[in-house]
Amino acid sequence: MILNDEFRLKIGLAEMLKGGVIMDVTNPEQAQIAERAGACAVMALERVPSDIRKEGGVARMSPIRMMRGIMDSVSIPVMAKARIGHFMEARVLEALKVDYIDESEVLTPADEDNHIDKRGFRVPFVCGAKNLGEALRRISEGAAMIRTKGEAGSGNIVEAVRHMRTIQREMKQLTVLPHDELYAEAKRHQAPIELVEYVAQNGKLPVPNFSAGGVATPADAALMMAMGAETVFVGSGIFKSNDPERFAKAIVKATTYWKDPAKVLEACDEVGVSEPMRGLDTSKLPEEELMANRGW
Amino acid sequence: MIGVLALQGDYEAHARAIVRAGGEACEVRTAEELQAVDGLIIPGGESTTMLKLLDRENLFEPLRAFGNAKPVFGTCAGAILLAREVSNPKQNSLGLVDIAVERNAYGRQLDSRVTSIEGENLGAMEAVFIRAPIIRRAGAGVKVIASYNGDPVLVEQGRHLVATFHPELSSDNLVHKYFLDKVAAQ
Repeated sequence: MILNDEFRLKIGLAEMLKGGVIMDVTNPEQAQIAERAGACAVMALERVPSDIRKEGGVARMSPIRMMRGIMDSVSIPVMAKARIGHFMEARVLEALKVDYIDESEVLTPADEDNHIDKRGFRVPFVCGAKNLGEALRRISEGAAMIRTKGEAGSGNIVEAVRHMRTIQREMKQLTVLPHDELYAEAKRHQAPIELVEYVAQNGKLPVPNFSAGGVATPADAALMMAMGAETVFVGSGIFKSNDPERFAKAIVKATTYWKDPAKVLEACDEVGVSEPMRGLDTSKLPEEELMANRGW
Repeated sequence: MIGVLALQGDYEAHARAIVRAGGEACEVRTAEELQAVDGLIIPGGESTTMLKLLDRENLFEPLRAFGNAKPVFGTCAGAILLAREVSNPKQNSLGLVDIAVERNAYGRQLDSRVTSIEGENLGAMEAVFIRAPIIRRAGAGVKVIASYNGDPVLVEQGRHLVATFHPELSSDNLVHKYFLDKVAAQ
């Protein structure tokens, strides 16, 4: 694990985002709503995941003009999505000086074998993971933040829960094993032994671990925090609800006060009679439509 | 006991730094929890997010009242909240320290940096700047402890301490020890 100054700065910004909510936005107006509601960062993308799911077609990096508009309209960090393996979209986003790049399964992958070699970039990257091996492979490629994938655009928290439980369980298991069993674990997880050793010693990833994919209500956000997420990404959940500002504020509150059920209750109550996004039963989705299965 | 304002940001890193420096730390999210601590750290994070929560949860006045009696140490976003004036953009603040700060004054994340600075009576220390603000004006009652590129980056006024960088992300613990001493001296 290379913990040089450059990597520390990349992790450093992720540290500053902890305990907050990062919201998907597609234009400057949405970015301002997110900032006003208390988002600690926004994620710029072409279409929110539920629209990508509905409309189909190839989902790509957001248009530059839109991204500039978003960067000019808010003072909080702006992240942007690039396609898996599309290192040139990532180079463009770096040149644009976005604050973080999400190499994301929500967009249509550009490379079915290789993720971006993120070590060669000065801008930090976040990547999705379904399990510990995937998380450690992304970190070995240079990711400075991991988020559970969940199932983007589903409005259903079940996959995010599955992925967070899996990662937490696999990390705990490593902490109780004798050192001579870690090599076989590295083989099983298909991850570098140095990172497996780090997790065995520390019981956590060497970078912040956030949650994404399916958060639609304040209680969903608080649930993910209680399960070990250090920050919550909300995609379609805000701008596909029928009152984005209200949902955004309530989700921020529930994320900060997740330890106190009375406060989470207040957050749930603040939503009033507004409706969250309509969810999907992810178990009924055909395998090829699952975004979480993109990447390896 | 040192409280760390835990609305958003790197509050866990501050709590760990206080423990490494020989103190005790707890998280503070409510006015009641604020009553139980001897000094408060406002951590790094997003100042806009913290401001919105302070406002909505009616913590703004309790925090100001706390600062009028006890020591507060703000880093980065915390520095912005403690300042008298904030620009880029203009925003509300506690005004406990007579400084004017400009947000994100070095630029975006790619302009973040790790460097070394010299603190008066503290010696050389590492300074991690992340989307940091710059102190554009320091009032007559403000003492500059360390500067970087000619701008004050570690200052104090009476019982309060302000850093535009992140001592909680370095391992030397010098600034946290200094704050613990200030709290003990109260």
